[in-house]
Amino acid sequence: MNNVPQAAAPAPIASRPTMIEFRDVHKYYGDYHALRGINATIKAGEFFSLLGPSGCGKTTLLRTIAGFEDISSGAVLIDGKHMVDVPANVRPTNMVFQSYAIFPHLTVEQNVGFGLRREGGTPAEKARRVEEALEMVGLKGFGKRAAHALSGGQRQRVALARALILKPKVLLLDEPLSALDKKMREQMQVELIRLQRQVGITFILVTHDQEEALVMSDRIAVMFEGQIAQLADPETLYRRPNSRQVANFIGVMNFLPAKVLTEAAGRIAIDVQGLGQTEIDATQAPGAVTGGEISVGFRPETLTMLYEGQTTTERETPGTIEEVVYYGDMTYYDVRLDGVDSPVRISMRNVFGRPVLDIGTRTRVAWSAGALVLFR
Amino acid sequence: MKGQGLRLYAILYLVFLYAPIALLPIFAFNDATIISFPLRGFTTEWFAALADLPTLHLALKNSLIIAVSSSVLATSLGIFAARASTRYEFPGKGGLMGLIMLPLVLPEVIVAMSLLMVLLGIGVNLAIWTVILGHTLICTPFAIAILSAAFQSLDKSLEEAAYDLGESKLSTFRLITLPLVMPGIISSLLISFTISLDEFIIAFFLAGSEPTLPVYIYSQLRFPKQIPAIMALGTILVALSVLLLTIAEYFRRRGLKKTGAKDTGGFL
Ligand SMILES: Nc1ncnc2c1ncn2[C@@H]1O[C@H](COP(=O)(O)OP(=O)(O)O)[C@@H](O)[C@H]1O
Ligand SMILES: [Mg+2]
Repeated sequence: MNNVPQAAAPAPIASRPTMIEFRDVHKYYGDYHALRGINATIKAGEFFSLLGPSGCGKTTLLRTIAGFEDISSGAVLIDGKHMVDVPANVRPTNMVFQSYAIFPHLTVEQNVGFGLRREGGTPAEKARRVEEALEMVGLKGFGKRAAHALSGGQRQRVALARALILKPKVLLLDEPLSALDKKMREQMQVELIRLQRQVGITFILVTHDQEEALVMSDRIAVMFEGQIAQLADPETLYRRPNSRQVANFIGVMNFLPAKVLTEAAGRIAIDVQGLGQTEIDATQAPGAVTGGEISVGFRPETLTMLYEGQTTTERETPGTIEEVVYYGDMTYYDVRLDGVDSPVRISMRNVFGRPVLDIGTRTRVAWSAGALVLFR
Repeated sequence: MKGQGLRLYAILYLVFLYAPIALLPIFAFNDATIISFPLRGFTTEWFAALADLPTLHLALKNSLIIAVSSSVLATSLGIFAARASTRYEFPGKGGLMGLIMLPLVLPEVIVAMSLLMVLLGIGVNLAIWTVILGHTLICTPFAIAILSAAFQSLDKSLEEAAYDLGESKLSTFRLITLPLVMPGIISSLLISFTISLDEFIIAFFLAGSEPTLPVYIYSQLRFPKQIPAIMALGTILVALSVLLLTIAEYFRRRGLKKTGAKDTGGFL
């Protein structure tokens, strides 16, 4: 979301018209319940991600939009129309496959122009559209190449151009970057965001990479075992995960056992092991009450280790450093707070003049109640 | 020591396998009616003699008709079976495929005999087409084996991509599936053709009064003065078979290379 030039500020997500709607979608493969009641709406022009561990049903859900999987019950609507009995070849969606599915016996331009076979227009006009599509993905002049002679990144671009040339209302991408190396992947992430802003259509991305989802998406649906656990924008997902499972899947989260003391007028008084009594806002308990054990979570970067003699306006708790992992720009410390059973992880930026501390050092940790999330 | 024994075995095996075939061209070009050493001199007379044998020409024509028809039939059936077995799951699939592949290992004489009995039983006159039937039966398992490999190495998402881009199921098959399995189809046609061309037992049982090439050759072996000409004919057939199998293998490998699949072995 960051380092990409912002075009005209797009309308806020909530106010845009709905493009895709899932209504209680269930899917069985034989006895296996792959999708367990999916309810969600995806807005027009949104960059939407389906994020979850392998096997949770992301691809299956994506394929119900494309029309490659029939659903067992419920409804899928695209642009307000029921998609039951609408076959994949007439749906207003196009797909970029995980394997890219580049036709190996055709040239790059034949691949990209494949969808135009059924469209009207003169050959010259079609050739121009192919050229435009190739230019859009940065493959100008590659038209005559044989498809099987392309690198992974180039195949990816051909697949994108081929899917976008038909101007679909929705572009579906199934783990499009998973086959690329780290550098290429980061470059393509930026390019995909740029491309989505440029064409302005809905992109739905399947990924198991939480960082990729956070970087690219307007909103993310986190899926576990055929269900959507949380659907929110990246910042909300990161700062206010609604369950320990979501919190653990996205980034690192520390947990400490806690008790709820009182709850009134949008404020919750809690007693957290090691941190003591404090008060949080009701919005810091975004999850449903499950009746299970109660705990408080906080991200490693919301804690600060204080210098000797440094004071803070926030709360502070003493502890002992048990583990130090040095990452160059960052150092990760595992600190056992006094009165706590297991250590918490703290990440500190390695700013100039600040030494990396040793294992066994006594330290003071500053924290603020606003960074806590309550799970109960 | 162990290696030595193995090498000797391999050499003896190859001699046993290829020496008789090597003798074919030697005597086909030998200027004598008797098949024995020492050689008498070089001649192409026996090849020329082939031109004056009308029964041979009839047998050749029959064999070609049978080989072309049964290779086309076996390959067409193979395409359906291979497609079904690689794309769809259905109950009893394993058993069914096993039954279809069985003629691959069933003694041919049994296939020939039982076919003969059924055909005679229902009062069919033996003719070229009954041989075609028999040959289609024994060629189909080979066709399925070759074509299954071709269909298996085809990424399913290629077909989905074409469908996703607006093509129908049928045009997807024509534009994507068929070209990509074409090397397998050609290879299946050539191998079926070769199998049919030199098949003897079924042709002998089911041909009625129509001779095929192997049946004709067998019948001529009774006449010693025909033997050099048969040697010449045999030489031509060996050369032809090697050529066809080489072409078949070439197409199989080219198909693999084009789709970027890994070579999982073939018949050659
Ligand atoms: N065609 C199928 N037949 C049977 N089970 C399937 C099929 N496709 C997917 N599944 C199962 O459904 C679950 C979800 O699969 P998928 O949607 O591919 O997961 P993801 O893309 O999240 O990794 C997996 O357990 C998978 O084994
Ligand atoms: Mg998947």
